[in-house]
Formats: sequence, structure tokens, C-alpha cells
Amino acid sequence: MRKSLLGVAAIAAGMSLAPTIASAAVNEETAFVFNTFSFLIHGVLVMFMAAGFAMLEAGLVRTKNTAAICLKNIALYSIAGIMYYAVGYSLMYTDVSGYIGSLSLFYDTSAEELALLGADEKTAEQIAAVTGNGYSVMSDWFFQMVFVATAASIVSGTVAERIKFWPFMIFVVVLTAVIYPIQGSWTWGGGWLSEMGFSDFAGSTIVHSVGGWAALVGAIILGPRKGKFGANGQVQPIPGANLPLATMGTFILWFGWFGFNGGSQLALGSAADAAAIAIVYVNTNLGAAAGVVAAMAVSQMLYGKIDLTMALNGALAGLVSITAGPDLQSHYLSLVIGGVGGALVVFAIPMIDKLKIDDVVGAISVHLVCGIWGTLAVGIFGGGAIVTQVVGIVAIGAFTVIVSAVVWFALKFTMGLRVDEEDEFRGLDQAELGLEAYPEFGPRAQVM
Amino acid sequence: MKLVMAIIKPFKLEDVREALTALNVEGLTVTEVKGFGRQKGQTEIYRGAEYTLSFLPKVKIEVVVPDDRIDATVEAIQAAAHTGRIGDGKVFVTDVSKAVRIRTGETNNDAL
Repeated sequence: MRKSLLGVAAIAAGMSLAPTIASAAVNEETAFVFNTFSFLIHGVLVMFMAAGFAMLEAGLVRTKNTAAICLKNIALYSIAGIMYYAVGYSLMYTDVSGYIGSLSLFYDTSAEELALLGADEKTAEQIAAVTGNGYSVMSDWFFQMVFVATAASIVSGTVAERIKFWPFMIFVVVLTAVIYPIQGSWTWGGGWLSEMGFSDFAGSTIVHSVGGWAALVGAIILGPRKGKFGANGQVQPIPGANLPLATMGTFILWFGWFGFNGGSQLALGSAADAAAIAIVYVNTNLGAAAGVVAAMAVSQMLYGKIDLTMALNGALAGLVSITAGPDLQSHYLSLVIGGVGGALVVFAIPMIDKLKIDDVVGAISVHLVCGIWGTLAVGIFGGGAIVTQVVGIVAIGAFTVIVSAVVWFALKFTMGLRVDEEDEFRGLDQAELGLEAYPEFGPRAQVM
Repeated sequence: MKLVMAIIKPFKLEDVREALTALNVEGLTVTEVKGFGRQKGQTEIYRGAEYTLSFLPKVKIEVVVPDDRIDATVEAIQAAAHTGRIGDGKVFVTDVSKAVRIRTGETNNDAL
């Protein structure tokens, strides 16, 4: 889907040259404006998902670790944007030769755009030189940047409440500057996977499972929170401190996802694109809705009670599942795909616990398990060949796991990954930040 | 003087307070506590893992009364805090050897 953009631009350009065309055709400059607009506005929606992740995680950790998780979220979003500007985008999109893009510092706009912006009187040639690209150069950078930030956000939830701040940030630097861009170049950058026909519309594998694999490897190498698993394999629940925040975070993510999937059409410069985006929005919503209902139903059946946090994870599971193929023409398929995702997550969460992997927010179940399912679903429901989908899943998975493992291990044996036991007990807010998220209710409450 | 200390169910606090006010008992100290007696805990489930809460939330009321009002106070508390279901709580009475009103310096019964 990523390469349809040039085709649209070409058609629009051709139509604007015909002398007596009816008013039906969109001229090239208008198409340029709408395409750019789509990238920018949909990118802004995805940016808000950073708030969604922050609130979801803040709601599911304990009060003594809340400020730390909020800091991690705003910090990783910032680092992701900077690293992607510094090296990431070029590594993913510039002159991709099969497996990798180019290593060049700082991604800036094109000479043509600078010339247009700098000219006192804009000539038709200058305008055409810019609009021929189909969209403003930096608008695509902006849209792609919020995606890499999303992948990084996924990791922070899993490793919460016991990871040290700076080693985590160093991992984010590597994830956003190297891991994500290189594997992204294989498909969206026009590399070997896209030539093979691998299809991942908005990133079930490329964004979500990459975040999920990095989180899984990190959680294993980091180890569980103290007290999470008993000597005989019992799982000790550590309930989240603020479920309304977790709920709000989930709704914000759902809202931002319309940008995530809708913007991945990569164009708004024609009626066909507009109609396609409308379909994507509807499928996105139906996927989430089905995920919630399925998670509630399975939770009720398995436990006799409906766990709110499972319902929230169900919505996200549905969203991740539909992300690989939200352009399906039959909307009921989104219900199926999202519903399966929601059911999967209710089974996956306790199963990950059984493996003694401590995933504080269920990110592995939501983003990795459902990311894989969503990508396979494209093959199952006719959007591509299943074998090709599997190749993509495995290749990207292997690459992410190996490089992530190297980085996590390197950090573990140099700086150390975990806070010490005393600090973990006191809480990261006090140990690493020197403050409390809720000063009126913690230790400070006894003083004033 | 005696210290009357009662552990009651939290939602009964208002009823007990009203009953004591009707007796002209003028002061009260309330603490949120947790505990268990014969009423065992309850089970909760979070993301597929079950856990037992052994301690249930209760409210502790403490009031110091003159000797002639001990029985009336204890009866009032027991009647107001009673539901008939397990976990209603207990009342304890202990001796108080001295009391002082901080603002005026009055002692013992004048301080109550």
C-alpha cells in the first residue's frame, strides 16, 4: 500500500495537462495539498496516542511508580522524534537497496520546496517541481516519525516498575535509530519484503510486533518484579493504581488509531483515496469494538467476572489485529479479525504469566500476539499470500529479537538494567525521580 | 474514665456517630483500619490471577467517657453498629488514668 502514492500523483499530473477536461479531475496542486494535509492531520492523531500509552501505563502501575512511567513516556516520544530526524528516516526510506536505506545525517526538506518557500513570486515551474512529489517532503517524515514513536511506547509498559531510566532510554535510541528503520525499509521503504508481496497496511508487524518482540526480550532479560511470581509458580497480582486513567488511555489510543490506520492510505488527493480512508476508519472502529466484546465474553466465561483491564486490552487487541489489513471491503471481516484478537488476548495474558514473564500492561499479548495474528489474517482473508506473510513475520521477528537481545544484554552487563531491591520496594518515583506522583497520599503525607 | 474502643463496619460510622451524639458524647476519634476476626477475607481476580484479601477494611472508633456513662455508650455503639451479619465488630473498654484538655489545661472529667 505504501507505494500507491506515486501512482495517484502521476494520474493527477496527467489529468491536469489535458486541455478540456471536465471539472471532475483534481489538479496536481490540490492533490498535493490534500495529501500533505492527510499526513499532517493523521500524524497529529497518532501523536496523541503517546498520551494514550502514557495514561494507560500510568493507570496500570502502582502509585509509587507513576511519575516514573509518565517521565519515560514523554522522554521516549521525544527521543524517538529526534533519532528519526537524525538518522532513522533516511535509513528507512532513502535509496533503499533491498535491506537498508542510506546513512545520512538529518532529514530536511527538498531543494525544490525550499526554492518555492523562498521565492517572492512563485512561478508555475517552481510549484510543479514541488507538487510533482505528490506531498510535502516533511509531511511524510512527520507521519512516519509518529509511527516509530508508537513502537517505542509499546516497550515501556512491559518493563515498567523495575527498569532503570537511562538504560531504557539508550535502548529507545537504538530501537528508533536502527532496529525499526532497518526492518521498516524492507517493506515500506521498498525493500526485499515489499518486492516479495508482504502486506502490512499500517504496521501490525512493522510497528506493533516489533515493539512487542523488543518488549518480550527485554522482559525476559530484565526479570519479573519482586514478588510477582511465588516459589511454587503462583502468580501474585499487582493491581494497577488508577483504572479510570487506564480507561482514558485506551480511549485515546482508539481515537488516535484512526490516524494510524487512516493516514496509512498515504493519500487524500482523489475521490478513491477519500473513499478508501472512510472504509479504513470504519474497519478500525469495528475491529476495536469486536475486540472489546470478545474480551468481555471470554473473561466472563473463564472467570465468571469481566475484568476491566482485559476489556481495555481487548479494544487494543482488536485495533492491532485490524492494522495489517483495515482496507477490507467486507466490514464484517473486521469484526471477525478484531474479535479473534480480543479473545486471543484474554488467553495470552495468563499464559505469559505462566511462562514467568512479567508484562505489567499486557503489551506482549496485545502487540506481539495480535500483531502476528493481524498479519496472518491478511493472508487468510485474501489480502496476500499466507506464506509471504509468514516470511515477513519471521524475518522481522528474528531481526528484532536478535538485535534487541544484543542491546538489552549489553546494557545489563554494563550499566545494569534493574534498580536494586530496596529502590524497587521504595518505588521508582522516589528512587529515580526524587518525588512522588501523589504527594498527599504517600510518605510525604505524614509530614505536611 | 474509660476508653471505649470499637471496631465497626465502615458504612455504620454515621449511625454510630448519631447514636453517640444523642447521648451527648462530645468527642470521637476515628481511624481507618483493616483486620479480620471470624469473618474471613474475600477473593479477587486480576488479569486471570486469583488472590485473597485476608484483611477487610474496618473503622476504629475511640472515645473516652466518664465512668457513669460507660454502659450507655457501649450499648449505643453496639445497637447502632449491629447488622446481624458476620463481621459486625467488637467493643473494648480499657482504663484511662489521666486526661488533659490542651487548650485550657482542665483535667480528667472536666477534660471530657
